[in-house]
Amino acid sequence: MDYRKFLMEKLHFKWPYPVRYEEETREECDVLVIGGGLAGSFAAINAAKKGASVIVTDKGAIVRSGCAGSGIDHWSSIHTAPCSKISPDEMLERTEPDPFKPEFCRYIAMRESFDAALELESYGMCIRDEKDEFVGAPFRDEETKLMFAYDYENKHTLRLPGGEQMKPVLFREMNRLGIKMFDRVTTTMLLTEGGKQGGRVIGACGVNTRTGEFYVFRAKAVILTTAKPLRLWEFATELVGANAAHDDPNNAGDGDVMAWRAGAKLMMMDRSHSSPAGRRYPAYLTGNRSNTWWPCTIVDANGKEIPWQDRDGKILKTVEDRTKLAEGQEMFAGGMGGYKTYMPGLISDLADRIRSGEYKMPFYADLTSMPDHERRVIFGIMLGNEGKTKVPVVETLRNSGFDPEKDMLQANVLPPKYMGSNQPWWGVMQEGISGPNIRELAFSNGGGLVVDWSMKSTLEGLYAAGNQVAGLSGASNAASTGRYAGRNAAVYAKSVGFPAASEDQIAEEKKRIYSFVQRQEGYGWKEIQLGLCRIMQDYCGDVRSGEVMEMGLWWLQSIHDNELSRAVAANPHDLGKILDVATRLAVDQIVINQSLARKGSSKAMGSVRLDYPEDVDDCGFYQTLRLENNEVVVEELPYFYWRDEGNCRDAYEKHCCL
Amino acid sequence: MYNAFFVSSPITPNECITFDKTKCTGCNTCVDSCRGDVLMPNPEGGEPIVMYPDECWYCGVCVSDCPVGACTLNHPINQRITWKRKATGEIFRVNYCYMDRKPEE
Repeated sequence: MDYRKFLMEKLHFKWPYPVRYEEETREECDVLVIGGGLAGSFAAINAAKKGASVIVTDKGAIVRSGCAGSGIDHWSSIHTAPCSKISPDEMLERTEPDPFKPEFCRYIAMRESFDAALELESYGMCIRDEKDEFVGAPFRDEETKLMFAYDYENKHTLRLPGGEQMKPVLFREMNRLGIKMFDRVTTTMLLTEGGKQGGRVIGACGVNTRTGEFYVFRAKAVILTTAKPLRLWEFATELVGANAAHDDPNNAGDGDVMAWRAGAKLMMMDRSHSSPAGRRYPAYLTGNRSNTWWPCTIVDANGKEIPWQDRDGKILKTVEDRTKLAEGQEMFAGGMGGYKTYMPGLISDLADRIRSGEYKMPFYADLTSMPDHERRVIFGIMLGNEGKTKVPVVETLRNSGFDPEKDMLQANVLPPKYMGSNQPWWGVMQEGISGPNIRELAFSNGGGLVVDWSMKSTLEGLYAAGNQVAGLSGASNAASTGRYAGRNAAVYAKSVGFPAASEDQIAEEKKRIYSFVQRQEGYGWKEIQLGLCRIMQDYCGDVRSGEVMEMGLWWLQSIHDNELSRAVAANPHDLGKILDVATRLAVDQIVINQSLARKGSSKAMGSVRLDYPEDVDDCGFYQTLRLENNEVVVEELPYFYWRDEGNCRDAYEKHCCL
Repeated sequence: MYNAFFVSSPITPNECITFDKTKCTGCNTCVDSCRGDVLMPNPEGGEPIVMYPDECWYCGVCVSDCPVGACTLNHPINQRITWKRKATGEIFRVNYCYMDRKPEE
């Protein structure tokens, strides 16, 4: 008798929730939002304000789900704020267009990001220095009490003193507006008109992972706002916990796979990078000077300060100098690289100077020597409101006795070349340490749905926002495109009726879902997930070629037909996990198909083909993928396709539904 | 008196969330805030069961949302970091659960 069977027979406990496998609830609404994170919440609220009846589903708990569930410390692109010195149109002119980030979505954010922040404030979230704790600080606007990060001169990134409460505040507002919310519902399939691939999207099916109950949601319009898929190349909860190896464990790629099966166009789905492969530390919990810790002083083991330099290599003498533009520089743009917008960093030859013995490791983040306002804003406002920092970082350190006025937090020890790099040290990609083939699908600016200026996908009735959109990431982008998609979907919903759902399509999905709870023995979800990761490591890793990837597809289909069809779920939670694995298997298939479609290598996507070594990033078009009669169709779509609608200002005003 | 039990090996890591039994009222707020259903309501009432510790994302929402401060988040041992007191050069480290040695306030 295997141990699992033994435990199930002798030691099992009764499931704490009612079990309602196969029982069905049917709901109807104008706009269905799948994924109740930041983009989904803003989409739901703004669709409801346009008069639509709205339902939101989420596989987690909407009050705290999504990337922003435990907070956000800063809010980008607030170009319409009263003190911001760069307008949306000026910003657009000043930044180099990147074909792999949807610039029109960024423009939408530049127009609406500050309005989204004001929305949060109106729902009860603090966005200003209301307690006057930072009067006189160089990053504070004395009139509005708004506080800015990174570019103190141009003021286009807002610090959020109440960001930790963002999701609870949005949740309360959704309740107030009468939006129906379904927690713990993994949505597995989009309903299409007549059950046909490529038809209008008219709702979705899902299953509750506490009760096992089946849901059918009929809707006039659907907005997909789920996150990007993760855990594709590596899965190892036992190595470091689900924390350090991955972002949100719920991120399976549900939205991408549902859209794929329905026949929508996806692109950039193979965008990946090398992964810290289970050696990461909790974000922000090691000494560091990037991102939320910016611009913290770093000292070496003997307390010797590591100098900072500007983009031209000029050594910066004071902490305040790190927040000032270089001579002739127009602006900083957090996260956006390039000489034009380059933010100061540690000296560029640091690695050599560590090797020569000039600086000794380990290094420490020295908050004690920072000016008081910078120390308090880093350890308290930024750390404390950013995702996974209030409890995992600030409370953890304080409860252990750490005092930012007295103590210096150690930076994790890394090879010298990484200590000189500009990445946050806790998550440095340690290629070469854990093996060459460990990758992670890009969470920032990764692949997703192709959308137009209405945030509509290539299918009628289907919209997307936030992380769901190919190339898009970031909190303020999620909120802004969520608002915009919510309005567009609500307007569309008013113009159309309710087509009948295909009962065959529903019955087939029901059969697939409950097959996993009908057997007593079989594979657990973890072993299958681990097996899928091996296929991705071997057949779609750093060494890619047509034949190898075709074999990968064969393997995936074989696991689908054999091991996955023998997977067993002991309860509705387990069922949700198996459905996630099935989703990841489909994502793997999409990723390999995407890499196969490009007859070339792509630096931007992190895809190197041995059989097509030439880099084709400057070819001027994407390869989009979609299913037609369950066959993969590859098409070309020009970079900047959204420019067909004219300039951003005109196109925005035409489609914004305000 | 010793007892031995026939159970599977502990999941790793297995101490992600701990409860102060004297404070926990069994209200299950943490159960309903957790995105991953790592916590399950205790059929016998009282503190929830940390049923799926290996699926914990260490977001700390259970701790943030606990109305009575009964819940503690513990990073796995291989995720703990050190710090140095600048004035004395003494080294301390993260582990607020069992370690007696804390810097003097």
